[in-house]
Amino acid sequence: MSTQIPEDLKYAATHEWLRAAADGTATVGITDHAQHELTDIVFVELPKIGRILAAGESCAVVESVKSASDIYSPAAGEVVAVNAALSDNPAQTNNDPYGAGWFFKLRLAAGGSANGLMDAAGYAKATGKG
Amino acid sequence: MTLKRSPLHETHCRLGGQMIDFGGWELPVKYTGIVEEHLTVRRAAGLFDISHMGEVWVSGAAAAAFLNGILTNDITRLEVGMAQYTLMCNPQGGTMDDLYVYRIGAETYFMIINASRIEADVDWLQTQLAAFADHRQVVLKNVSAQYGAVALQGPEAAGFAGAILPGSGLIGIDRASSLKKNRVDAFSLEGHEVFVARTGYTGEDGFEFVAPVAIIGEIWQRILRAGEAAGIKACGLGARDTLRLEACYPLYGHELDEQTTPIEAGLGMFVKCEKGDFIGAPVLAAQKADKPQRKSVAFKMTGKAPPPRASYELFLPGATEPLGTVTSGTQSPSLNSGIGLALLPAAYTEAEQPLEVAVRSSRFPAAVVRKPFYQRPPS
Repeated sequence: MSTQIPEDLKYAATHEWLRAAADGTATVGITDHAQHELTDIVFVELPKIGRILAAGESCAVVESVKSASDIYSPAAGEVVAVNAALSDNPAQTNNDPYGAGWFFKLRLAAGGSANGLMDAAGYAKATGKG
Repeated sequence: MTLKRSPLHETHCRLGGQMIDFGGWELPVKYTGIVEEHLTVRRAAGLFDISHMGEVWVSGAAAAAFLNGILTNDITRLEVGMAQYTLMCNPQGGTMDDLYVYRIGAETYFMIINASRIEADVDWLQTQLAAFADHRQVVLKNVSAQYGAVALQGPEAAGFAGAILPGSGLIGIDRASSLKKNRVDAFSLEGHEVFVARTGYTGEDGFEFVAPVAIIGEIWQRILRAGEAAGIKACGLGARDTLRLEACYPLYGHELDEQTTPIEAGLGMFVKCEKGDFIGAPVLAAQKADKPQRKSVAFKMTGKAPPPRASYELFLPGATEPLGTVTSGTQSPSLNSGIGLALLPAAYTEAEQPLEVAVRSSRFPAAVVRKPFYQRPPS
């Protein structure tokens, strides 16, 4: 099955995506490939607003019927918003992983933007879809 | 370690199965999705590869006497063509395995054992046989590697199960769909003997097919073809687990182990202490009479919560010391809620007993409920 890998996002090897905005914030979620592997997302545990995250820090948990998987922050920064709608409807991440299924927003740490993340082509290659 | 592969391995890959390590076996956890596969079994029919299960022949003039001394259920009640759920215990009453015994002939029994227990069971059976007075009149043969197995489960299964294998059963059934619950017969297919039992592990009506590996692929294809109009789907072991959990069937290594007795696991009806002596009988009889100190209970999350999982701790609300441990847990596709089984002190096992489940750094409310979570509607 082909999965979507939008060109305008950055990707972590652990299957998170990051969309940087002009104001120094970035939105984070999990990729279409990840939601497809998990299939039935039944619960999402999000970080608290105000939490300072290091790049690669475990900060959220996504639970499918079968298992709980850790989510790692793709960049360093402070959590400034979380997607509260996932609490009532975690399946939004299955249905719209790059839109309504987003997890949290970060105010990126100075100088710590998206270094070390892959572009769409790199992620496609990493997941064997390239 | 190299993972063992089912004779249906190529088939699973071709069907897009997501292959994972299941206790040393490479098997599909799902094809499209656990929830979809689960609900297909509840609504129509699903087909599972259970080739990892073990098979042992026990035959001879003293086979029944031998088995009755090591199994908890009463094998003398088993007529030719019947299948019986039973357990095998150690002298402390702890469970060696839970299994099915088919009586295929007057002196011929076929045991279907758990994949994870094949080695332990065969060792145990051989040790017990060596100590058995009439051991010369019993032949024990582990044929686990020579047999594959598939389970056809769901309310629509009986509608086409009779069309899968040609001819009538060697024991006397005209076709597989005529089998009653817990009955078994052998059918001939391309020169091989195929056992069909009206048994299952999903809480639905269904049939389990056990056959030599050479023919199991053909049986799989025939079932999918016969069930196409009924909406059959190949299902992975993820759905098998959620289905058995809703039905509150135990899984060895979770609800049962060498330290847990069948009485504690709530399986007392399969322990026939009045039948005469068998391994574990004194301990099991005492537990039956006095009530066990711990019991396996079903519980349900009462609010919005992550699904409970095996090894999570359970507490009384607000308590600091854990009461017990979750043995199996999942998000129930039928109830759309977190459900689980747990081993708890007997005093806290009444329905509606409030509990808390610790998930990572938080606690979530739950309550004991009556077993099972799901019961199929009467047909």
